[in-house]
Amino acid sequence: MGRKAKFDEGVIVKKGPGKKAKKQKDPIFPKKLIASDDEPKTLSSHQKKRLKKREEKQTMLLEKRKSKQMNKGTKGTKKVIKPPLKATNDSKYSDSEESLNEGHVQPVKTRKKKRGFSDHNNEWLQPKKQKTVDAPSSDEADDSDQLSEPEDNNDDTVTMEKLSDLSDSEKDQEDDNYNPDSDDDLLPIEKQNAKLKQKQLKEDQDAEAELQLNISNQVKFEFPSEVDESNDPKSLQEVQQRIREVIAVLSDFKNLRDNNHSRSDYVSLLKQDLCTYYSYNEFLMEKLMQLFQLSELLEFLESSEVQRPLTIRTNTLKTRRRDLAQALINRGVNLDPVGKWSKVGLVVYSSQVPMGATPEYLAGHYLIQGASSFLPVMALAPQENERILDMSAAPGGKASHIAAIMKNTGVLFANDLNRDRIKAVVGNFHRLGVINSVISCLDGRKFPESMPVFFDRVLLDAPCTGTGVVAKDPSVKTSKDEIDIQRCYNLQRQLLLAAIDCVNAKSSTGGYIVYSTCSVLPEENEWVIDYALKKRNVKLVDTGLGFGTEGFLKYRHLRFHPTMNLTRRFYPHEHNMDGFFVAKLKKFSNV
Amino acid sequence: MKRLSEERTKILFEKLAKYIGPNIKQLIERPDAIYCFREQKDRVYYVSEPILKMATTIHPDNLISVGTCFGKFTKSGKFKLHITALNYLAPYAQCKIWIKSSAEQQFLYGNNVSKAGLGRISENCEKYQGVVVFSMSDLPLGFGVAARSTTECKSADPLAVVCFHQSDIGEYIRSEEDLL
Repeated sequence: MGRKAKFDEGVIVKKGPGKKAKKQKDPIFPKKLIASDDEPKTLSSHQKKRLKKREEKQTMLLEKRKSKQMNKGTKGTKKVIKPPLKATNDSKYSDSEESLNEGHVQPVKTRKKKRGFSDHNNEWLQPKKQKTVDAPSSDEADDSDQLSEPEDNNDDTVTMEKLSDLSDSEKDQEDDNYNPDSDDDLLPIEKQNAKLKQKQLKEDQDAEAELQLNISNQVKFEFPSEVDESNDPKSLQEVQQRIREVIAVLSDFKNLRDNNHSRSDYVSLLKQDLCTYYSYNEFLMEKLMQLFQLSELLEFLESSEVQRPLTIRTNTLKTRRRDLAQALINRGVNLDPVGKWSKVGLVVYSSQVPMGATPEYLAGHYLIQGASSFLPVMALAPQENERILDMSAAPGGKASHIAAIMKNTGVLFANDLNRDRIKAVVGNFHRLGVINSVISCLDGRKFPESMPVFFDRVLLDAPCTGTGVVAKDPSVKTSKDEIDIQRCYNLQRQLLLAAIDCVNAKSSTGGYIVYSTCSVLPEENEWVIDYALKKRNVKLVDTGLGFGTEGFLKYRHLRFHPTMNLTRRFYPHEHNMDGFFVAKLKKFSNV
Repeated sequence: MKRLSEERTKILFEKLAKYIGPNIKQLIERPDAIYCFREQKDRVYYVSEPILKMATTIHPDNLISVGTCFGKFTKSGKFKLHITALNYLAPYAQCKIWIKSSAEQQFLYGNNVSKAGLGRISENCEKYQGVVVFSMSDLPLGFGVAARSTTECKSADPLAVVCFHQSDIGEYIRSEEDLL
């Protein structure tokens, strides 16, 4: 991660006032809510007419009362002047009275409220609920005799308050019967707020429920029908997604399966998808699926796509690892020791020069060799002054490693069937300064004919399908078939028997055979070893490598020799080297 | 595998003498084992006796190489040294030249060494004597023929050739196919 380039540096465009200047404005309420608290509503013409009428009536009423009082006063009793009212509503009445006198603004509000019974029955009879409004309580009627019976009026307003509380709020908004004196528990805006909150709460709950439903739906993987499988080609991304889903289903099959499809349906779907995504042929993918667990399979496939790190082996015949590392670092190569297990290996992380063309390379100070290729030679553990055979040597990496360990003593037979590839062996041996070699081009199976019981150790890096080195040669993915594997392991068995026949069991130092392949298939590895164990007087011994996965004791229908755990397997995803198999055998008799 | 004929042995040793002079003796009379020159298909191999014996078990048609290949006899009967002989030439060389790292690459691509690329040269080198070419860090890079004697080199102009190219280790990748 580099620093971000500031291409527009110095051109700072100010985009208005800063963050702090952006103050929230005062809230704006809709007019409906704040409306008519203080300002009077404009009246319609009908209302105006009624108002006039009412005023006239009132003035008449007042005059009547005055005349009555005059009459009483003439009787000579000292009495408080009171309108015929109930004591409880006294103040209320007087308020309204005043307002009436002032300019008749309020009556408009109170008027609409009238819903109760306005006749003489109102003392005991009360309206049941809003909906069941009786005929006598109509507004018209109210209007007509509202002020003629003031006591009714007030009484009704009280009942109305109760009613309006019970009724739904839409009414509240419509008829602004807001009465500051009586309605003291909640403001309408507060009521509305409470209502909104309730509504929101419910919405939230619904959303939550829906979400839960969605989640449970997502987990459920739907098996694609055959129709849409056949006619829509999917993108790689979709295929990958489906691979993950199917693996998830298979890992918890009991709970996540769909009842219409069996496990084999799921597995075949997965196989198809994996073939599409990683472009393997079905046969090889099936083999790999039998070999690995699902989670491991993905890792294996994934790491088979990636190249292993470039490793080089120091040629100890010409230089030491420290000197070589120094020389290469001076040329701008970034490297590190390959690991504790090897004293000659170096990993190259990056290089400014081509690693296969430096003067050090040409002078034979190192050669480029995969880390996995060190292993069979280390397992073979050659000694000085031994006779050693490398049956399929090309291009001579392992064989030259043997020669280097033997320090050019004894004799090393490097054989390969392929005349074109044997040239690489010649080139490498001369470049690396191997002088104790005999390079031949023979069929390995013919070796026992010419030199039976001759060698102390034999290395057989058998020709194989190469399923462990897919990253190096991706053509393996599609080119291999059952018959190829069969041919391979037949040849391997013959070669291994030939190798065993070449070894002298009475050798004072040796009598060992190392068998290795760059394949991960048990047919080419454990099965071949098992065959040799049955056919010859050999036993498996420890490879002495100290790491690697143990070989299989059983694989599907095959049951191998119980000492098969002494063999070692190496995987790209586990050991970061090519897929590899190493087994070391000791021969016990020359029959 | 057969012994070299008298004539061919003479030609071979004459050639080797150009590079390593009297040190040929070191090649033949070794304290560790008996080493000998053998010929197969006009190629000359230098190998120890015990290995040679074991190699005889393999049919000559299938035998590709034994020990170290020094070179081959051409159809016209001359001997041509191969780069593979460098391992033995370098330690016994009489006349050596060291080339600068800037000229290294040039030489490894098969070019002659010019005065500009010359880092060092051993004394009393004669004209047309066989020389082994080293890098400044004493890495043997190949061999050739001195175009000028040491004294002449001192007065030569920078572009003048001081060593004709014969063989270099770049051949290991340039022409792996016909190394032998």
